[in-house]
Amino acid sequence: MDPLEAPDVVRVLAADGTFAPTESAEPYLALIDSLSEDDLQGFYRDMVVIRAFDREATNLQRQGQLALWPPSFGQEAAQVGSARATRRQDHVFPSYREHAVCMIRGVDLVDIIRVMRGHSHGGWNPKDPRNGNTNIYTLVLGSQTLHATGVAMGLGLDGLSGSGDPERDQAVIVYYGDGASSQGDVHEAMVFAASYATPEVFFLQNNRWAISVPVATQSRTPLVNRGRGYGMPSIQIDGNDVLASYAVTRVALDEARSGLGPRAIEAMTYRMGAHTTSDDPTKYRTGDEESTWAGRDPIMRMRAYLEGRGASAAFFADVEEQAHALAEDTRLRTPVLPLPSVESIFEHVYTERHPVMEEQLAWLKQYEASFEEGDA
Amino acid sequence: MNAPQTMPLSKALNAGLRKAMERSDRVLMMGEDIGPLGGVFRITEGLHAEFGAQRVIDTPLAESGIVGTAIGLAMGGFRPVCEIQFDGFVYPAFDQITSQLAKITNRMQGGLSMPVVIRIPYGGHIGAIEHHQESPEAYFTHTAGLRVVSPSTPNDAYWMIQDAIFSDDPVIFLEPKSKYWQKGEVDLTSPPIGLHESRLVRRGTDVTLVGHGAMVTTLLQAAALAEAEGVSCEVIDLRSLSPVDYGPILDSVRSTGRMVYAQEAPGFTSLGSEIAATVTERAFYSLEAPVLRVSGFDAPFPPAKLEGTYLPDADRVLEAVDRALAY
Repeated sequence: MDPLEAPDVVRVLAADGTFAPTESAEPYLALIDSLSEDDLQGFYRDMVVIRAFDREATNLQRQGQLALWPPSFGQEAAQVGSARATRRQDHVFPSYREHAVCMIRGVDLVDIIRVMRGHSHGGWNPKDPRNGNTNIYTLVLGSQTLHATGVAMGLGLDGLSGSGDPERDQAVIVYYGDGASSQGDVHEAMVFAASYATPEVFFLQNNRWAISVPVATQSRTPLVNRGRGYGMPSIQIDGNDVLASYAVTRVALDEARSGLGPRAIEAMTYRMGAHTTSDDPTKYRTGDEESTWAGRDPIMRMRAYLEGRGASAAFFADVEEQAHALAEDTRLRTPVLPLPSVESIFEHVYTERHPVMEEQLAWLKQYEASFEEGDA
Repeated sequence: MNAPQTMPLSKALNAGLRKAMERSDRVLMMGEDIGPLGGVFRITEGLHAEFGAQRVIDTPLAESGIVGTAIGLAMGGFRPVCEIQFDGFVYPAFDQITSQLAKITNRMQGGLSMPVVIRIPYGGHIGAIEHHQESPEAYFTHTAGLRVVSPSTPNDAYWMIQDAIFSDDPVIFLEPKSKYWQKGEVDLTSPPIGLHESRLVRRGTDVTLVGHGAMVTTLLQAAALAEAEGVSCEVIDLRSLSPVDYGPILDSVRSTGRMVYAQEAPGFTSLGSEIAATVTERAFYSLEAPVLRVSGFDAPFPPAKLEGTYLPDADRVLEAVDRALAY
């Protein structure tokens, strides 16, 4: 028995895809039952498509097209289920591996590529409606939990939450990992969230590895217990079960938006790939462990479930085609991304024109021009 | 038998850490991924296997926790060596370093020393993403109670890390990460000079070039290019960022009358600013030109594709050399 697995973990689909809800999953079965076949197939489609993108991005890094890539491989169910549970008006704070979340919220995945290619520190504008209120990635671990809590506090102050109308009330979901859970910022975020009863869900993807450090170094007890310590209703789910991820997040977000205060979810999943392409997992973990988790693959699980429900071969072929098309699109668009301009170094450092930025840019232009004169 | 060995700076650090751990069983390593993985730059490679998990500690992912507990371990008589994974990840520990670690000896009126080393890979030129290429040295040199050093060669890395570990004061040990793979000779038998001495690395007569860490290589490149144009540059490796050893710098400036300080860090309120001011105060009548600084721009470190424009290179140093000579 895994000491980090809570006795009341919520699971709907067993690893082989059979419908076998745990007792703790029962409150969610009506919601899951209300999902259409299109909804269910959509979850599968999202997972397959993002895995293809992730694999393509990993390959692009290997080919020298990207500085780095942090794969989402293995965490598709946790991300797809929770992101599909958000409502249009919600605010989303990813960490730096939530590629599926970004896709579902509307972010152009090539904007993530731009960050990892060294073209941009942000990649996209969260205020652009196309991006679904998705904040940019945060690389200093756990920092974003405080920002999310602040946004959630603001929703309360502005009366944008807690009216009782789930179509109108806004909520915040923030993603972080088992490594980040050790950071002081995460503690402080939970203190503030609980204190101000924020409309917020803390979504912890426990992928069991912080680069080479196993989760047991971060915690000797299920991490879901942390949230309970702050007084937050906290639920551990099988993070490789997209139905559990969707249903538990949907309910938690709706409770939070209705004014009941923050919630915490711990999704038990596994980073099937490396931390990033700079990393070699064979140095610190066993092939046996990787094989065990390969047997719990979130995509295979959902595929088996859908096949049992009679999904057609044509459906699966169509998903493969879409995945292939996205990978190809990524492969084609990446090498031709326009380089950032030299001027951009000095732009948007301050909101207004700034004499130091102007002076240094002017100097740089004159300096660069001096080479052209010298060459002539 | 004790002939110098050629090795990269990373291996020299590794050898220096191993030597310090052999010398005293009170020396501990702490940090993220420093155990079986050997650190993301492999600086602690093999130490976990050799000295065990009690002395090479993979910590929870919490920089404030790493430095804060290192303070407590030092209170208990240990000599902790903390690894911060990248420059941009040191700030969660900033309170523990600047408000706690730096001040405890003073608050206890010498009743307790704080022999803690904080190793930080710093600087650019590796094409990495945000927070992985910064030069935060001025935050630490601004804080009384901290010693701050940065080796630029494998030999210095080998000896300075040991000196830092056996210093009874806290030492911020800045490792120029772009030089981790640069090879050089390491004399394993005797230390070159003290931890806080600067060093003349190239003789010249026209302009004094001073810098630290990875920039020393750039200064030597600039000096070689200048020589081809008939300009003779003297180069000084600062080595110790706090305290600064002004002796060799002032001797040089009194002979050349011109000085350029180069650094990857933004120039505003930087180490170069401090040194320029002090040299001006102490060698005013020897100067033929103002002390010039070549720095990163006063803008955030840009995305990697722009780092070549942002970071000073030999040409930027030469532009300053030309300006100094034009006075």
